[in-house]
Amino acid sequence: MRAFQILIDGFAISALYALGATGFTLIFGVSGVLNLSHGAIMVAAAVAAWAAASILGVGTYAGALIGVGVALLTAFATYFAVVKPIQDSRRIPNEEKEIFVLTGTLLWGIMIQELIAYFFTNNAKTVLPIVEGVVDILGVRTPSNEIFTAIVCCLVIGLLWLLVNRTRTGKAVLAASMNPRGVTLLGLELTNIYIVVWAIYGILAGIAGVLLGMFLGVSSYSVGPLTASAFSIVVLGGLGSVSGSLIAAFVVGYLETLTAYLVSPAYRTIPALLLLVFVMYIRPQGLLGRR
Amino acid sequence: MAGFFTSRLFFVSLALVIVAATLPLYVSGYVLGLLTVAFYFGVFAMAWDLLFGFAGEVNFGPTFLIGVGAYTAGILNAQFGWSVYLCIVLGALASVIAGLVLALPALRVRGPYFGLTTLVAVLMLQNFVVVFADLTGGEIGLTIPDVITINAGANYWIALGFMTISAAILYGLSQSPVGLVLQASGQDPVQAGALGFNIVKHKLAAFVVSAFFSGLSGALLVFYFGTASVGTVVDVAVGVNVIVSAVLGGRRTVLGAALGAIFLIVAGEFLRPTGELATFIVSAVALLVVLFFPGGFLGAALSREARS
Repeated sequence: MRAFQILIDGFAISALYALGATGFTLIFGVSGVLNLSHGAIMVAAAVAAWAAASILGVGTYAGALIGVGVALLTAFATYFAVVKPIQDSRRIPNEEKEIFVLTGTLLWGIMIQELIAYFFTNNAKTVLPIVEGVVDILGVRTPSNEIFTAIVCCLVIGLLWLLVNRTRTGKAVLAASMNPRGVTLLGLELTNIYIVVWAIYGILAGIAGVLLGMFLGVSSYSVGPLTASAFSIVVLGGLGSVSGSLIAAFVVGYLETLTAYLVSPAYRTIPALLLLVFVMYIRPQGLLGRR
Repeated sequence: MAGFFTSRLFFVSLALVIVAATLPLYVSGYVLGLLTVAFYFGVFAMAWDLLFGFAGEVNFGPTFLIGVGAYTAGILNAQFGWSVYLCIVLGALASVIAGLVLALPALRVRGPYFGLTTLVAVLMLQNFVVVFADLTGGEIGLTIPDVITINAGANYWIALGFMTISAAILYGLSQSPVGLVLQASGQDPVQAGALGFNIVKHKLAAFVVSAFFSGLSGALLVFYFGTASVGTVVDVAVGVNVIVSAVLGGRRTVLGAALGAIFLIVAGEFLRPTGELATFIVSAVALLVVLFFPGGFLGAALSREARS
């Protein structure tokens, strides 16, 4: 009974983590950017969906769409206002660009977080779920919303896999992650590929944010923890490896759920952090990472 | 190094310190209190700059070192009633040990991977503080019975003197042969190693020095505030402020980091009337500096001087 509950809850949380981390790792894999405004973009999506549905009253579906749209716009703004200027800057030496991107996106994330807090307060917001009600799975009363979250996450990740492996654009993205110079030699414009990747990222982060807002609720305080959890999942799985992130998301998700149920919700994040430190010691490149 | 004592930077710094030392004679206690905190923050930022700017270690967790120093000193004083000065020294020592622990992964992993390890260290410390609430005061914070002094002017002078001495030591270290080896090993460890320098030894030294000053400053800050809490010495947001200070002031300048910290804290206070937008404005200014003056305040000033 309890085992089933852990299985089901853990799955939903893990799927959500996986969706959030996939976009993050995709960007790193293709353009070497670690986007520390990740959590802020997710929260922006959730708050936009909440505001559209609760204040403007456009309904849950339109609200969710607006949320994803806001995330897409924020992702583009991040790329064009922060990441691209740093990458193109001639005053910053090449070997230091990584650290400048980290600092820049971190500041950008704080700016988004503060704007959200200013206009919509720090209070926690729960987005109205698209599906309501409770279903009974193997004797566990589960909110339909939780199942909906898990299904959407799996669907989106499946679609992403199709996009990357089966379409021409996706193959260009894949090629850019393997060898950017080779791609440009084949006559593809690298900037266009980056724009596509940031668009995919924005949509993924948006969906993850809106679902998170329906499932657990968000506030501007969730920005830091969300970025940190995506960062740790991605590093645990191996930077740039999408399949590694998926595995890591499930490991972290289940570990947290197990601890919360069996030990105490207060210690929820501790075993995952310990595991992370342990993996860094014995396998610094992460589970499936390349050196 | 000898050239420094005749350089313009030296005279400007000297003049600034002298002006700052006379401040208690004519400004209010409120301004002094603000600057006292800013000076301790300045030491945090300088210690961070040594590790990041010179050794090239992406340390997202300056508050791990600060927090260990601050809480060790605070707990020893609050739980065992040991004297303030002993507690401060022990806090700094505990921080050095924490620095060695943090250095272990740094010798194995690099870049973002090390950055994450340091971030995890902060989160672990935060969890530790909350879980062992009996000892640490938990989320509410630890009340410390003793303070160094309650005189605002004396506190200000202690902070100023401490920052000046730390700045002199850290700047001297960064300009010494040791600092140059550190810088080389940060930029290209393989080549620096091939030239015969012991990188492991130098990096360990950088961690120890950075931890010592972070811990000492954290412990002093705790005895100034009279309380130690996650929000003031451990939280990731505090660490972000330290990083932003160093980047604003100019990385690899050490002195710039202190300047950035003072600017950040004073600007935050000036912007208080704007309410919740204060952090937004400070972050936006910092982002603009990062984008348009990647060398920071001092970096921009020094390069202009070098050109003319």
